[in-house]
Amino acid sequence: MNEIGLSEILVVSTVLFFTGVYGFLTRKNMITMLMAIELILNSVNINFVAFNKFLYADKLDGLFFTVFIITIAAAEAAVAIAIIIHLYRKLKSIDVDDADIMKF
Amino acid sequence: MLNQNYIALIPLLPIITFLIIGLIGRRYFPKFSGILGTLSLLTSFIISAFVAYQYFFEVGKVDGVYQKIIAMKYVWLQFSPNISIDMGILLDPISVMMIVIVTFISLMVHIYSLGYMHGEPRFATYYAFLSLFTFSMLGLVLSTNIFQIYIFWELVGVSSFLLIGYYYEKPSAVAASKKAFIVTRFADLGFLIGILVLSYFTETLDFQTLIQRLTTEGTYLNSIISVSFLGASALTWGLLLVFMGGAGKSAMFPFHIWLPDAMEGPTPVSALIHAATMVVAGVYLVARLFPVFSMSCPAALNVVAYIGIFSSMFAAIIACTQTDIKRVLAYSTMSQIGFMMFALGVSSYSGEAGVGFMASMFHLFTHSIFKALLFLGAGAVIHYVHSNEMKDMGGLRKLMPITHITFLLACLAIAGIPPFAGFFSKEEILTACWNSNKIIFGAAVITAGLTAFYMFRLYFAIFWNKEYKSHNHDSLEHHHGEAPGTMLFPLIILAALSVVAGFVPFSKLVTADGIGFGTEFHLGFAIGPVLLATCAIALAYYMYAKESLVPQKVADSLKGLYTAAYRKFYFDEIYLFITKKIIFNLIGRPAAWIDKNIFDGFMNLLASVTESISNLIKSFQSGKVQEYAIYFFAGTLGFVLLFIYLWT
Repeated sequence: MNEIGLSEILVVSTVLFFTGVYGFLTRKNMITMLMAIELILNSVNINFVAFNKFLYADKLDGLFFTVFIITIAAAEAAVAIAIIIHLYRKLKSIDVDDADIMKF
Repeated sequence: MLNQNYIALIPLLPIITFLIIGLIGRRYFPKFSGILGTLSLLTSFIISAFVAYQYFFEVGKVDGVYQKIIAMKYVWLQFSPNISIDMGILLDPISVMMIVIVTFISLMVHIYSLGYMHGEPRFATYYAFLSLFTFSMLGLVLSTNIFQIYIFWELVGVSSFLLIGYYYEKPSAVAASKKAFIVTRFADLGFLIGILVLSYFTETLDFQTLIQRLTTEGTYLNSIISVSFLGASALTWGLLLVFMGGAGKSAMFPFHIWLPDAMEGPTPVSALIHAATMVVAGVYLVARLFPVFSMSCPAALNVVAYIGIFSSMFAAIIACTQTDIKRVLAYSTMSQIGFMMFALGVSSYSGEAGVGFMASMFHLFTHSIFKALLFLGAGAVIHYVHSNEMKDMGGLRKLMPITHITFLLACLAIAGIPPFAGFFSKEEILTACWNSNKIIFGAAVITAGLTAFYMFRLYFAIFWNKEYKSHNHDSLEHHHGEAPGTMLFPLIILAALSVVAGFVPFSKLVTADGIGFGTEFHLGFAIGPVLLATCAIALAYYMYAKESLVPQKVADSLKGLYTAAYRKFYFDEIYLFITKKIIFNLIGRPAAWIDKNIFDGFMNLLASVTESISNLIKSFQSGKVQEYAIYFFAGTLGFVLLFIYLWT
């Protein structure tokens, strides 16, 4: 059994990224869309960690970025959920297509 | 004593009153506004009188010469180190004389209006406008700077416009106010260009510096004389353009057309603005720049003289035929201002030869008193009769005895019968003409005779002639009596002054160079004009004292002249022809066509192109977040493809 290399990890992260993009574009439930965004962010995290390990093993920059992204993702989720709650109070729905009043 | 700040209160009190009445008084205490305005003006008048006393008798005179005192000055707008617009107070004999006249006449009009305007719906607004006018006029006469005078000049124009159009529900009043505004504005354009010409060459806006630079030999005077345009030097042009502004405000030919129509305003306003104070602003302006006119540019001064005498005679002829009593007075005002103008025009700067300047200021002083009185008296008559037309009047001497006596005194004063005020000032003017220009002298004597004739025509037509019949027969019994006390009081004061004002030793006080001189009274010289005036009065008595057919016969025998004069020599028609037919058709309409079709068309084209593009792309903004996300990802993908595969 071969050692797991960089390309395998990149395949995983790519799959994760496009899963997230697909989810973001097709799901109508805003909570689900938020989860899809988390998937995208996590795919980026995997990339950072993988490149750090395989290319610059003596440095920690990629790991730092990952930690930052996780922190920011948590904050972002809080803000996003607050927005969703407000929209729900206003529209009685969390369907993203119902929130289309901002147009010409 | 005279450089203290309390002098600033003279113009500031009226503007504060204007603000108080205009902002608060109209809503919360409309009835009290009249009293407030009158009290504030009374204070202003007392301060002016005090300042005048101080100036003329205590501190103004140094070594026998009345000094020009800058009582206050601060820089308002600095353009360059040399040129600035200042706001300040200049005290010299003419400005001190003017503040007393303005505050005094304005005070009389304020008191008179308490009765005349009683019960008007916009009573407080009227007093607010009166205060605004008084402020502007005081600012004008106290100006230290030629631009300051221009600012107040325009303010005076605005307040005149507001007061002429006071009865704005009457279309004729609206038309008259617009006419006055536009005609004077056109003349003020000349004034502005004149200011720019003069200040361009002298590099200053300050009156004293300007006059000093234009009257002494030096680089400034040489440069302005050496530049010439259409055969006249820049100095002549500058002064003539400034005089054009003055002619507009003073209703001199050819800008006189607004003054008779301005009589649409309330009568006290006509007394204050269009007889006693504002219309002499042009005379004041020429007098202010008189050293320049007299020492450096006699040609411009000649123009002033001839325009003055022509306007004077022209207006006197028209006044003989008008039937609206306020219009007669309006033309008489124009005629008398013509007297002041040509008196300035024939004058020299200093000493005995400067008698014209002194006479002009003297006439300005006496004229504002008796002309205000005439207008206020006419107002009382109109108040009683409810009509401006002579044919509705007659026989009023028994019904309004006090008005009758005061009006008679004013008529005697303006006709130049000794010992009333007008006699002395007119005599001085005639002396000045006799000494310098015999043609003007002849015309002036004839005009003086005409003055006596038309004033007494007016007097006899109002107070004698036929018995008074109320045009409303039923109300004859309960017709109100003579005007209320607030209206009679100013009449009596002004009548008393019309009798004594001639004895003011003007030549000692107000002269062009500040040095007083004595004048002798030439008995032989006075006989001619007085005799002529008496004959004119006798003629007026013969024609108008009894109801008769004589006036009609005279009019018939002079048919052409009479009709032309009655129609004001067709000047309104000529102006209408020039504006409506020539300017509107040849310039106005093409300009309007270009504006509407070419400029507006270009702008509309831009707008419609923008609009159609917007319509095309507006559906992209759907409000659906996921669609935006798709565009975003597609765009990012496009860039990725571009940079990876196509860029290199």
